Amino acid sequence: MELTCPLPLNYQQIVMAHGGGGRLMQQLLARVVQPTFSNDYLNQQHDSAVFTVGNQRLAFTSDSYVIKPLFFKGGDIGKLSVCGTVNDLAMSGAKPLFLSCSLIIEEGFPIETLQRILQSMQETAEQAGVMIVTGDTKVVDHGKGDGLYINTAGIGLLETDLIIQPSSIQVGDAVILSGDLARHGIAVMLEREGLDFESEIVSDCAVLSPLVQDLLQAGIEIHCLRDLTRGGLASCLIELAHSANVHIEITETALPIIEPVRTACELLGFDPLYIANEGCFALFLPAEQVASALAILQKHQTGQHACQIGTVQSTHEQGLLTLSTAMGIIRGLDLLSGEQLPRIC
Amino acid sequence: MFHKQAFRNPAIAKKLVAAIAQISTQPWTIMEVCGGQTHSIIQYGIDQLLPDNIRLIHGPGCPVCVTPLAYIDKALAIASVPDIIFCSFGDMLRVPSSHSDLLSAKAQGADIRIVYSPLDALKIAQENPNREVVFFAVGFETTAPTTALAAQQAKQLGLKNFSLLTCHVCVPPVMRALLKSENCQVQGFLAAGHVCAIMGYQQYHPIAQRYRVPIVVTGFEPVDILQGIYQCVQQLEAGRFEVENAYSRVVKEQGNTAAQNAMQQVFQTVDRNWRGLGEIPQSGLMLAPSFDAWNAELKFNVQTINTEEPKACRSGDVLQGLITPPQCPEFGKTCTPEHPLGATMVSTEGACAAYYRYRRGVN
Repeated sequence: MELTCPLPLNYQQIVMAHGGGGRLMQQLLARVVQPTFSNDYLNQQHDSAVFTVGNQRLAFTSDSYVIKPLFFKGGDIGKLSVCGTVNDLAMSGAKPLFLSCSLIIEEGFPIETLQRILQSMQETAEQAGVMIVTGDTKVVDHGKGDGLYINTAGIGLLETDLIIQPSSIQVGDAVILSGDLARHGIAVMLEREGLDFESEIVSDCAVLSPLVQDLLQAGIEIHCLRDLTRGGLASCLIELAHSANVHIEITETALPIIEPVRTACELLGFDPLYIANEGCFALFLPAEQVASALAILQKHQTGQHACQIGTVQSTHEQGLLTLSTAMGIIRGLDLLSGEQLPRIC
Repeated sequence: MFHKQAFRNPAIAKKLVAAIAQISTQPWTIMEVCGGQTHSIIQYGIDQLLPDNIRLIHGPGCPVCVTPLAYIDKALAIASVPDIIFCSFGDMLRVPSSHSDLLSAKAQGADIRIVYSPLDALKIAQENPNREVVFFAVGFETTAPTTALAAQQAKQLGLKNFSLLTCHVCVPPVMRALLKSENCQVQGFLAAGHVCAIMGYQQYHPIAQRYRVPIVVTGFEPVDILQGIYQCVQQLEAGRFEVENAYSRVVKEQGNTAAQNAMQQVFQTVDRNWRGLGEIPQSGLMLAPSFDAWNAELKFNVQTINTEEPKACRSGDVLQGLITPPQCPEFGKTCTPEHPLGATMVSTEGACAAYYRYRRGVN
């Protein structure tokens, strides 16, 4: 492969921040990955590629799971690997059907632990109404992996005529959030660092397709959906604002953050707007449908904290996300470079 | 945590803003010393709420920002020694040295770990008796006590594979240095609440008297900061220059004497270079000779590393409040959080990073 221009990145090798969901990851995708594979489907920059086979519209996606620790409050790598891929399919409006499961296992990994993780995958798959139908197994040398990495890919069927993607976002749309912020990231971090909090913080890791299917069946005119993963709410909405060339404004006082999560973020020096969820999505829809959509979402346990957090204000050439603060000030939200680093004091 | 929300109450904040406007009859320039305060000010937009005649300048109180390049180079030199486990607070990792940063060293295979406390690093040393473990001890009087504890415990345990690269700094000497400077524009200080929680505020009385500046010990929430500004303006308008405590729910006049004792036993005061500010007499803390066996500079023979600061970076002027970050010609152009020229762009507490993150793109 020959790059046509000098590699316009400041790093000549991959650093952790290239996987952190922030600006460096965007640069890596935009400058190294996308130009190489460039095609109409990939360039839509959506969670899944949507294409037509015969007269059926299908969604296709893939994701890898490298989480440490493998077990955390509210889930494990197995549950996560099914939820993540199912949710990526759901974000295009598709009904998830089939998943693959590829395992990269480190030599010495206990088979009993592997069984527990696969069982968790199967239970989550049943919950989501998908089957795990193919896969692959590789073993790597001791010390060359964190126990277990999982890749899943998924296929789903679009039964709706709606084109659910960033370019369908319209000025005047309302932005709904389906759950409270930052719970997965903080739960995993506390587990990893061995920090105990008085109130238990449980990951929000959950299958989101039932919520989306209910919205579609009720005739909600969904313009765009995006689940919040790495980089959290702010990164998700900034990417959408860029893709759709709009100015999105969210309201600080409307953001649902449970108190233990807020406290943990303050103690550890993290901004909850940039911390991962794994069972929460942003929904763009016509403002007049907000009440009906919220009623549907709030019937689900996963959607009980659903609320409107913002609106699409106007078109904007580069895309802009702003936060209307409790103090009455409007400030911009930008992509972080990479992962948030814990503050000194 | 109900009280924390109360200190973010917009109605109370607006009342304080109105009160500040009411009592101020002329322009005043106030410096918030601590980087945590700077971030709060920019994050909540406090500077935009204030009346036009009150100007805030952002002080040198971000420990990442003021750690001199030489120490980043020393850290890199030590971290690159084979088989070393190098432990650091998270936000030191992205600070560029003269040629690289700790994140890149990690990508190239160095075992660099983020910890929340030097005591975590000490634990890593106990768990890995066959490897050398070094902690990069930076920060003000807030982080110095835990470094002191780690040094004391390492000595008690006779831990031979643990050492500290120490670059702690103290607030009062830098306040003095700023006030002595010809260009000094500061008329009043918001002292750093957390530093005062450790050290108390007795040591500020002579500064207030000698330089005739009001100093108000201030917290970090919007209402705390506005209360600090209010008290500062009140003094300025009345021609008073006293030390007041606007953060009494956390800070006592004597501070935390147990922490102070630990620091006295472990550290000695030395002249120290500050990034962007140059050498400030008696402003640094280094391990006392009785802790030489745990001094990483001696153990790894890096005392002689002495790196010059880049010329284009004007973080020194930013740290002194002479320019705001957007007034630097490199801001947002050659200097961004992805490619920072100086540490004020790296740390989440740095003034340049705060402006870049919260102000760019918003009209």
